Amino acid sequence: MYEFAYHRPASLAEAKTKHGGDDDRRYLAGGMTLLPTLKHRLARPTDLVDLARIGELAGISVAGNTVSIGAMTKHAAVAASAEVAKAIPALAHLASLIGDRQVRNRGTIGGSVANNDPAADYPAALLGLGATVHTDKRSIAADDFFQGMFATALEPGELITKISFPVPQKAAYQKFPNPASRYAMVGVFVAVTGGGPRVAVTGAGANGVFRVTAMEEALKGGWSADRLKGIAVPADGLNSDIHASAEYRAHLIGVMARRAVAAAG
Amino acid sequence: MKMPVSMTVNGQKVSGEVEPRTLLVTFLRENLRLTGTHVGCDTSQCGACVVHVDGSSVKSCTLLAVQAEGSNVTTIEGLAEGDKLHPMQEAFREHHALQCGFCTPGMVMSAIDLVKTHPQGLSEQEIREGLEGNLCRCTGYHNIVKAIAAAAKVMNAKA
Repeated sequence: MYEFAYHRPASLAEAKTKHGGDDDRRYLAGGMTLLPTLKHRLARPTDLVDLARIGELAGISVAGNTVSIGAMTKHAAVAASAEVAKAIPALAHLASLIGDRQVRNRGTIGGSVANNDPAADYPAALLGLGATVHTDKRSIAADDFFQGMFATALEPGELITKISFPVPQKAAYQKFPNPASRYAMVGVFVAVTGGGPRVAVTGAGANGVFRVTAMEEALKGGWSADRLKGIAVPADGLNSDIHASAEYRAHLIGVMARRAVAAAG
Repeated sequence: MKMPVSMTVNGQKVSGEVEPRTLLVTFLRENLRLTGTHVGCDTSQCGACVVHVDGSSVKSCTLLAVQAEGSNVTTIEGLAEGDKLHPMQEAFREHHALQCGFCTPGMVMSAIDLVKTHPQGLSEQEIREGLEGNLCRCTGYHNIVKAIAAAAKVMNAKA
């Protein structure tokens, strides 16, 4: 790792001041992506602003039809939350599939969402449920938040404070993990929300998470895996790497989507 | 520029001066000379560096020492009480759950956290899935799984 200065603010306001919107300064959440990136010298921030001691950023609450999860809430906490399991079991299930136990004990929802890794799990849940990303400045719909591989609507220095999820009528997540990295080769999150069926895919798109509107339209006619048969997702725009070709991933999207619809019941 | 850091390691208050980029595992091994925690892959995959921070198992190669400021850290050296091995260590010995031993400290630390978070008991499947963050290149895992199942019974009987 290159050298950097380290700050440990105790409040959101202090964190904002330490960061100052300077592109060379980085917020540190759980560090499960940022620290390996620094170790590989793929980034060279001058300063890290550690968010771990800011109490107002952690915690889970359910009010009415909304589940709110603070940005610094760890994956293990979401996976183990009785409140989340009751309101949106698919979300607790998704959190239990991220990385491994030690990664889930450190990694945070805010960090995962801000990073927008094209193979991360949480972006599929946000897009599949039509969640809202709350920052220190504004609220951003998931449909507007994810803007391509590792790209989001966040402005320099803007900080995610929490994510709010509407409780769906039903939802499920099915993931085909890479057996070594545990990242999704393809993960499909399906849900029936107030706005109708939603189908979100992670792990496959060259530009990150995306919705499959042809599948959503088909599911409007009835919630059944059979309705997705024959809907081919084009391989254009999908990732092709040593693990799988774009064609293979396109096929997997159909398989995982049908499994997810069946799992949601 | 160095920063002061202090934490409790295996029940002892410790402090030192480290660069912010110093990893927790480096602090443990080089500053405190607790070399039982190993560095295997150094890319957060193999789990040889697993320690407990405030009761949770974490990979100490992917944590800065300064992030652990004020924390309670337990390493493999902190498990035994004098000559009496922790039930998980005893089970690894009894069931021959190691060959070269390199992954063993991380395996034991992960396994203890796994048992503690499953007080109702663990199936073989749960143990195998619970070890997804720990790699062993010698044993094929069979005896490790056996050892954890045996230790879980002892630990849960005591709890």
